[in-house]
Amino acid sequence: MDFATLLQILDSTLRLSAPLILACLAGLFSERAGILDIGLEGKMLVAAFASGAVAYTTGSVWIGLLAAIGASMVLSAIHGVASITFRGNQLISGVALNFLAAGMTVLIAQSWFGQGGRTPSLFGGARFEPVTLPFAEALADVPILGPIYADLLSGHSILVYVALLTVPLTWWVLFRTRFGLRLRAVGENPAAVDTAGVSVVGLRYASVAIAGLLCGIAGSYLSTGLQAGFVKDMTAGRGYIALAALIFAKWRPWYALGACLLFGLLQALALRYQNLDIFGIPLPTQIMDAAPYILTVVILAGFVGKAIPPRAGGQPYVKER
Amino acid sequence: MTQTAPAAEAAADAPPAIELRGISKSFGPVKANKDISLNIRRGTIHGIIGENGAGKSTLMSILYGFYKADRGEILIGGKPVDIPDSQAAIRAGIGMVFQHFKLVENFSVLENVVLGAEQGGLLRPSLARARTLLTQLAAEYELNVDPDAKIENLGVGMQQRVEILKALYRQADILILDEPTGVLTPAEADHLFRILRGLRDEGKTIILITHKLREIMEVTDTVSVMRRGEMTGTVKTSETSPQDLAERMVGREVLLRVDKAPATPGETVLDVKDLRVVDDKGVERLRGVSLNVRAGEILGIAGVAGNGQSEILDVLGGTCTATGTVLMNGEEIDLSGKHSDGRSRRRRGIAHVPEDRQRLGLIMDFHAWENTGFGYHDDPAYGSGILMNNAALREDTAGKMERFDVRPPNPALAAKNFSGGNQQKIVLAREIERNPALLLVGQPTRGVDIGAIEFIHQRIVELRDAGKAIILVSVELEEILALSDRIAVIFDGRIMGERLPEETDERELGLLMAGIDHAPGDKPDWQVVEEQLKSKRGEVN
Amino acid sequence: MDVMPRWADVILVPVISIILAFAISGLVILGIGENPWDALTTMVSGALGSTYGWGYTLYYATNFIFTGLCVAVAFHARLFNIGGEGQAALGGLGVALVCLAVPWPHWALALPAAILGGALFGAFWAAIPAWAQAWRGSHIVITTIMFNFIAAALLNYLLVNTLKPQGSMDPATARFTEGAHLPTLAEMLNPIGIPFSGAGPANVSFVIALLACLLVWILIWRTRLGYEIRAYGHSEPAAVYAGISPRRIIMLTMMISGALAGLMAINNVMGEAERLVLNSVEGAGFIGIAVALMGRSHPLGVLLAAILFGFLYQGGAELALFTSIPRELIVVIQALVILFTGALDNMVRMPIEALFLRARDRRAAKASAEPPAGPEAKTEPAAR
Repeated sequence: MDFATLLQILDSTLRLSAPLILACLAGLFSERAGILDIGLEGKMLVAAFASGAVAYTTGSVWIGLLAAIGASMVLSAIHGVASITFRGNQLISGVALNFLAAGMTVLIAQSWFGQGGRTPSLFGGARFEPVTLPFAEALADVPILGPIYADLLSGHSILVYVALLTVPLTWWVLFRTRFGLRLRAVGENPAAVDTAGVSVVGLRYASVAIAGLLCGIAGSYLSTGLQAGFVKDMTAGRGYIALAALIFAKWRPWYALGACLLFGLLQALALRYQNLDIFGIPLPTQIMDAAPYILTVVILAGFVGKAIPPRAGGQPYVKER
Repeated sequence: MTQTAPAAEAAADAPPAIELRGISKSFGPVKANKDISLNIRRGTIHGIIGENGAGKSTLMSILYGFYKADRGEILIGGKPVDIPDSQAAIRAGIGMVFQHFKLVENFSVLENVVLGAEQGGLLRPSLARARTLLTQLAAEYELNVDPDAKIENLGVGMQQRVEILKALYRQADILILDEPTGVLTPAEADHLFRILRGLRDEGKTIILITHKLREIMEVTDTVSVMRRGEMTGTVKTSETSPQDLAERMVGREVLLRVDKAPATPGETVLDVKDLRVVDDKGVERLRGVSLNVRAGEILGIAGVAGNGQSEILDVLGGTCTATGTVLMNGEEIDLSGKHSDGRSRRRRGIAHVPEDRQRLGLIMDFHAWENTGFGYHDDPAYGSGILMNNAALREDTAGKMERFDVRPPNPALAAKNFSGGNQQKIVLAREIERNPALLLVGQPTRGVDIGAIEFIHQRIVELRDAGKAIILVSVELEEILALSDRIAVIFDGRIMGERLPEETDERELGLLMAGIDHAPGDKPDWQVVEEQLKSKRGEVN
Repeated sequence: MDVMPRWADVILVPVISIILAFAISGLVILGIGENPWDALTTMVSGALGSTYGWGYTLYYATNFIFTGLCVAVAFHARLFNIGGEGQAALGGLGVALVCLAVPWPHWALALPAAILGGALFGAFWAAIPAWAQAWRGSHIVITTIMFNFIAAALLNYLLVNTLKPQGSMDPATARFTEGAHLPTLAEMLNPIGIPFSGAGPANVSFVIALLACLLVWILIWRTRLGYEIRAYGHSEPAAVYAGISPRRIIMLTMMISGALAGLMAINNVMGEAERLVLNSVEGAGFIGIAVALMGRSHPLGVLLAAILFGFLYQGGAELALFTSIPRELIVVIQALVILFTGALDNMVRMPIEALFLRARDRRAAKASAEPPAGPEAKTEPAAR
């Protein structure tokens, strides 16, 4: 494997990791506040559709992005009503929302565009174009570092950089702000937050809304950055991989970045090589597909450190003395 | 020990710190508070006493904005206030220390204190400010806590201090404590009372909710008694007596002693040697417990909750693994959990009335008839092969309900629909009618109405008189003293000593419960305990 | 104290939830510019109007009975098994291996063997997440989700690389032999004089599914194991107190659950496709969640809900054929049913409870005017 191939694989890793990172951090905000979210997939899917459809109709990818965030937040709101206000089962709500997204996107796409549940292809201002980082061209000839900067780091859609910047931002919000302290507290012991005079419901809705925002960006990236338009079921399990990454990262932002890059790399490899030989052992592409899930099961089974989720995760808060 | 409060005298003309007018609250058909009115003067310690379920905690939860009263008015410092949530309560200057602490376990003390009362959006300045204030408060009120310690690494006494600090950090003028001594040793409780007196002398108003007469007599200035959701009266503590309060609490004279003949113990049924239990956090909960019980004898285990008595029941009942030897009628019992569990213990003739009947002893959503088979559901009487005979269970239950006076005697009712006393009777009927060689009983009358207490005590004594061995665990010293033929006191996973009930008293047992087995001399009890704890901490760290 | 009478809890609340789910589905149809009433009549006539339609409706229902029972059995132990999809896929593998391994002379011999194969493979696939939960404490929901994906990858690999007959381009096994052919409902009913269309794939598996409902009912409410499963589901610490081993219950419950999902393969793989193809489960494992929720984990409820979903599936296919409403409408309905009967249960329950409470207060007020009744069972407020 030469340097150029390596760069290409890593480049594709970055592109494929970006939606995972955003979705994973979405899950992180939600689950740190005690609301389990297996509806990441569905939120991304509606966002991808809304973004593709609106960007096509208006010709502006930015309006598309806003629509994506809006659509994703609608699902977040339903999840919030079900699991916070009505104290329903958060897992069941997540499952339902994933199906709702899978069905509604096709239904609306068909009735809107009549192209078998997809949007027409996007081009021009309806897509996120690659962003060239400053001096990328000037530095491209510097050996090793030049190509890394110009080819690997530069030339991605703006949302890839947004995803990368969201990681330190998330860390900062969680561990350096009042909001973060309260958010973490509400996922560990909501009664402590409630008796301290802070609204548990408000905090949890805020966290679910942030999850919606981030999934919205992730979904928008899928249909307007990574690809040019929405196709049926285009999230293809990314929401679940993000969920796996979240567990793999043990609900910590920097580790989440690492986990998402790893899973992104696996996807990049599976895309590029149908059968990969590693030390003479042929690795079929299906292994690559299944690897994130297998790794997560291994982590969950506690073979590589114990994954301790936020203590109040999944439990609706009921006041008691 | 009771002191008159100087602040209280001075503030006699001022408006009361808290005034309640006609507070009522119902939960569905249950009236938890009925038309309650109350005045509490500034700078006093006011006790509210009543049995479990009398409505004390509900009243305080209304004051702290947890529940909304159906009717009535709250006045703070003479002004009517509306307390829809905890935030409003905090603004009104009310702080509350709950019975079950509301702390974030994996946060530091500092983070817990600051939570909800931060200054500005960023964390660091708030934490720095809190650190300074905590140091001041610690010096002022003997509230020393390491601000950087994680809550999960602190003992309950320390955690309680954090709760008090939280309230003080929020500049509470009125501090409510709900059953604060339930988890404390007598000496820790004494320390708490000194803190409370200090706070009162600074002009704070303290409300102490408890069901323990001793505490009311010791620390309060005035006391209100609650019974079945009603306030039956408010008196000055100096003008009342424990007997008077007890009568007001239960509405009639209390029987403090159980009628029972002297025990005639027979053969040793259970012989426990060097029992050790390590919990999942690696903490040793039992550190070599040895004891024995003979047929026809009640062994009471006294101790502050959390000192290992629950583990003794769990190990003997088969729900917890241990090392050591346990001989049941001379035969060894497997403690590793590999070859035994609750089921095999039952086959050996060990019956277990667990401390927490709602969580362990019953399936609250199961019918009464399903619950009378619980633990014995593989009994051939209840079915054949893999099938269960539900009709047989129902019939059996109807009989048990009649014999144990369970009301209403309806086997089809779910366990959750019975009162605490009747739930306990269902569990007792199930376990006692198995005619066990050894009965384990934990907190037999916790949350049980007075009428049922006598009945339950009688049944336990009857079983003893039938020649069975009984181990009784209770946090109520009175109950231990009244029922036991022999008392073992447990502290920190060790048996501190055994006493005969007629040769000891509450004070001696209280000292043993605090880990002191010698006469304390001229120092007050709390000081001895404090020194012991300090030296022990020194060893550990 | 129970606020509501039992009938309201068991029937009224779920029925209102389902009405809400369907009302919103109707709005969705309106929203995409179609007529809900026309859609409904198309679905009814297409799914229930002929024995042709019934042949498909019952075929789908058979799948959903198995996956619904799978989820329902696990629910009784408070285990949320989202892995029905993967377990059914593995069941398909088991059934296919059994059918291909032996040149079966007659279906009556092949079926029991296939049942065994499907159940064992399904149970095996559920046993791993169960083991991870029972011994390693990992969350069953997450592991079963992961195992769906792992199953998909595994079957993909096997069908592409191992099981595909030589020379075939299609990632599927060879066709099963004639002796492994299960009689369809038409083949069973026509000889005894009942006319039934031979086009639909419904087959003898439907009878097995009905039998499974009965067996699950006996298991849950009439056996000691069922008692233990329910006790464990209500309270794990109480179960331990009673000498019930949580590990044993988790393992057994999940394996029974997985076996039921695996059994589905006798219907779709053996009964319909007569070979194993890629993605043979087609989401039936997930519909099991809706079916179990709607049927409130009771076998009779599961049966009724499965038939309703069978109707929706066949009706949805008809819709896609005769109108411009895509099949995905069914996915939306399924989502709404899960949402309203599962997650938003309290939204329906709370107002109804309030109504009953008010009615009772009114009765109590009337009664208190008369002399008080006998001794009350409850003398103190509930502790919690």
